[in-house]
Order: sequence, then structure tokens, then C-alpha cells
Amino acid sequence: MNLYSILFYLLGIFITGSTLTAITRKDPVHAVIFLIFSFLGSAMIYFLLGAPFLAGLEIIIYAGAIMVMFIFIIMTLRPEKYRPSIRPWLTAVFPGIVSLVLLVMLIRTGPDHSLLLKPAMAAPRALGKTVFHEFWFSVEVVSLLLFVALVGALYLARESGSRKKINAPGKEGSR
Amino acid sequence: MIPYGHVIILSGILFLAGAVCTMARKNLIMILVGVEIMLNASGIAFVGASLKWGNLSGQAFVLFIMAVAAAEVGVGLALIIYLHRKTGQTGADRFSLLKG
Repeated sequence: MNLYSILFYLLGIFITGSTLTAITRKDPVHAVIFLIFSFLGSAMIYFLLGAPFLAGLEIIIYAGAIMVMFIFIIMTLRPEKYRPSIRPWLTAVFPGIVSLVLLVMLIRTGPDHSLLLKPAMAAPRALGKTVFHEFWFSVEVVSLLLFVALVGALYLARESGSRKKINAPGKEGSR
Repeated sequence: MIPYGHVIILSGILFLAGAVCTMARKNLIMILVGVEIMLNASGIAFVGASLKWGNLSGQAFVLFIMAVAAAEVGVGLALIIYLHRKTGQTGADRFSLLKG
């Protein structure tokens, strides 16, 4: 039990607690703010597991960009707060328990689940070489995916007046 | 020095929390939040496996998962804005037009 493992378990408890708090909040703003703490903890776990570049990206993309976008949307829409009712949670309990049991069984029967991980650190330079040498095609596909998502988001979130103007000649776009 | 199984257990618990959030919540925004939690949990499992085998492919995958998460949340939030503009609601059970 050295400092490395103590940090890991503390961070694990912190992440699990903040995530469980986030998914039970009634107000989406509170949920998103708890989730930011959860993602900051995940970034530290990434750093502990030897991925400093991914830890930085986790903070920049997840905690910085995605969660701020959620807060923007919540503040724009002012979604109604639902009364916390127990029934949907009861429907989720049974699949949750079944998946938890299956997960534990899978881990216990899997190969070398008790193998001790040696601390290591992957340099960002090595990660960049791996990404652009072995996965160059995936990089292209992901860039295309981001472009398509950009166009789709712009199309969906446009004002409805300009949508009618575009769709006026044919009816095929009205589905 | 942590056992590899504990990393997977942490990632599994986070994934379950995200899945339960997606199943149980009625707000469309909270459903998207659950999907984000699940993607992040899979990222932790990938980084742990990458450390176990000393192979950088796992970390490269996390990079792509982050890109997919960003694209998914962009389209998802645009869909929520679109639905809110049409109906003024963000509750998932209000959109039951396809129910038989």
C-alpha cells in the first residue's frame, strides 16, 4: 500500500461518489457541476495510469467544453424539474444488479485480474507517433465524423423560419 | 501498485451509474449526461488496459472516444434544442408519438 495505490483508491471513491450524486440530482445544473468534479477526478486517474496527455485532454474537452455546453443549453432552455419518482429507478434496479453480478463474475474468471500494474508514463510524443502512424485512417474518419456532426447540429438547431424556406420546393425534407 | 481488476471494477461501476442514469431519468439532458458518463468509464478501462500491456493503442482509442463524445453531445444537444422548440418540453416521456 504505497502512495500510488492510496491515491488511486481515494480518487476512485471520489469519482464514484460524485457520479452517484450527479445522477440523482433533480436539477440538471447541479448534476452537471457534480459531473465536472467527476471528470476532474477521472483526469487524475488518467495521469496516475500513465496518460498525461489524455489527462489534459480530459480536462479540456470533457470538463471544459462538453460540460460548459451542457450548462449553456440548460440555461437557454430552462428545462422543467421533474419530481423524483421512485418507479423509473425501480425499473433500472434489476438490469443494474444483473449487470453488476455479470461484471464481477467476468472479472473474477478473466485472466490475470490480480496482476499488479507497474507505474509507467507514456510521453505525448510517443502517443502522437502511435496515433498518426498506426491509426491515420481513423484520424481521417474521426475528422469526417466531427464535420458531419457540425453540419448536422447546425441544420437541427436552425430557426424554423429558414427551415421552411429551404424545404418549400420539395416535401422530402419534412420528415 | 494496483491490481488490474480494480481499474476494471471502477470503470464498470461508473459505466453502470451512467446506464442507470440513462434508463431511469426522464429529462433528455440527463439522458445525454448518462451517455457521457458511460463513454468516460470506457475510457478509464482503455487506459488501464493500455498500462497493463504497455501498448499505446488503448490511449489512441481514448482519443477517438473523446472525439466521438464531442460529436455525439453536439448533435444530441442540437436535437434537444429542436425538440424543445417544437414542443416546449424536455421530458422523454412527452415524445411518445411513435408508441403503438
